[in-house]
Amino acid sequence: MTEQPREYWRWQEYHRVRNDKSWKNKDVITAGVDVGSVGSKAAIMIDGEMYAWAVTRTGSNSPDSANKVMGMVLQDTDLKQSDIQYTVGTGYGRVNVPMANKAITEIACHAKGANYIWGPSVRTILDVGGQDIKAIHCDESGRVTAFLMNDKCAAGTGRGMEVFADLLQIPIEDIGKVSLSVDVEPPPVSCTCVAFAKTEAIGLLRKGWTREKVLAAYTRAMAIRMANLVNRVGLEKEFVITGGQSKNMGIVTRIETILGVKTLPSPNWREGGLDPMVAGAAGAALLGKALYLKSKG
Amino acid sequence: MITHYGYIDGSGEYFIVIDSEKCNGCRKCVEKCPQGALELVTEFIDLEDKTVAAVSEAHRKKIRYTCQECKPEENKTPCVLACPKGAIRCSWKSP
Repeated sequence: MTEQPREYWRWQEYHRVRNDKSWKNKDVITAGVDVGSVGSKAAIMIDGEMYAWAVTRTGSNSPDSANKVMGMVLQDTDLKQSDIQYTVGTGYGRVNVPMANKAITEIACHAKGANYIWGPSVRTILDVGGQDIKAIHCDESGRVTAFLMNDKCAAGTGRGMEVFADLLQIPIEDIGKVSLSVDVEPPPVSCTCVAFAKTEAIGLLRKGWTREKVLAAYTRAMAIRMANLVNRVGLEKEFVITGGQSKNMGIVTRIETILGVKTLPSPNWREGGLDPMVAGAAGAALLGKALYLKSKG
Repeated sequence: MITHYGYIDGSGEYFIVIDSEKCNGCRKCVEKCPQGALELVTEFIDLEDKTVAAVSEAHRKKIRYTCQECKPEENKTPCVLACPKGAIRCSWKSP
């Protein structure tokens, strides 16, 4: 039997339930479903506290992806779909979330979610999604005050990183570490468009550049683009990165260097902490709670 | 919420900036835009839905082409002049 070839771009799909505390009252149970262009995330909150979450790949069909991630998040909990009193859909596929009571843009949800994960001091949020980058500025309640989305395509996004992981045959979870392993930072690639950057990268590899150097040059170009967006929307030192690329140390470290600001430390999601990738879903569940309470008067 | 729509590239920085707190959804900018790049959308602010002007999804990622004709007239573009509330600004900064 031949061994399956490794899919370097594939990232970990998982679900988690927090059983480290007892959930007694359960007055309000809400869910947030964030169907992104590449990843689908769901969060269940009990009385405004994160109880369970799940992260999976978005398929070609938004309702199926929403159902799949909702099924995952309910696994290993003692809840059923019908126990959830209010569900908010968000993200790229938000209008196609079958179980949602309401759809809210991911901008509002990310700000609310970042406010929950890092606390009320957060002011500037860079959300690096699968297919776009958003820079958000918010106040102490997690209310959006300014917002900017990148102007085009997948440049500098999670999908771009998947393409490079695949091209360079480096597992996606190692891509940050590998990009930081160069002794001297090479000049950034000139093209930020993923398709053209890939062509440029192939040219550099042929010229004898190492994989590490090519990756560093690409990551640097992406970080510069992201830093421009952040500066435009207003950088404050209470700065965080959400979305899948918050796990890419190569991006995070370079943005910190370019902007001269450290991001607020992320909870360690591998060891049970909240996942910055779930910020949108968490925010959606929190807004769901507020809307539910409002509807009850 | 202040939303920035635009781009940064070798030719400079061009942005249309819409302040949804000032916008009253009167639709005048939507009617005046020669390219039909603006539309009214529902924005969720303070747990309420509000109808406000925005650059349409279709034009959001090609503003460099859509706004080319009006671009040289910083803050004198039809959309900016049409707004009775001063909710739209537009800026063009060459490098």
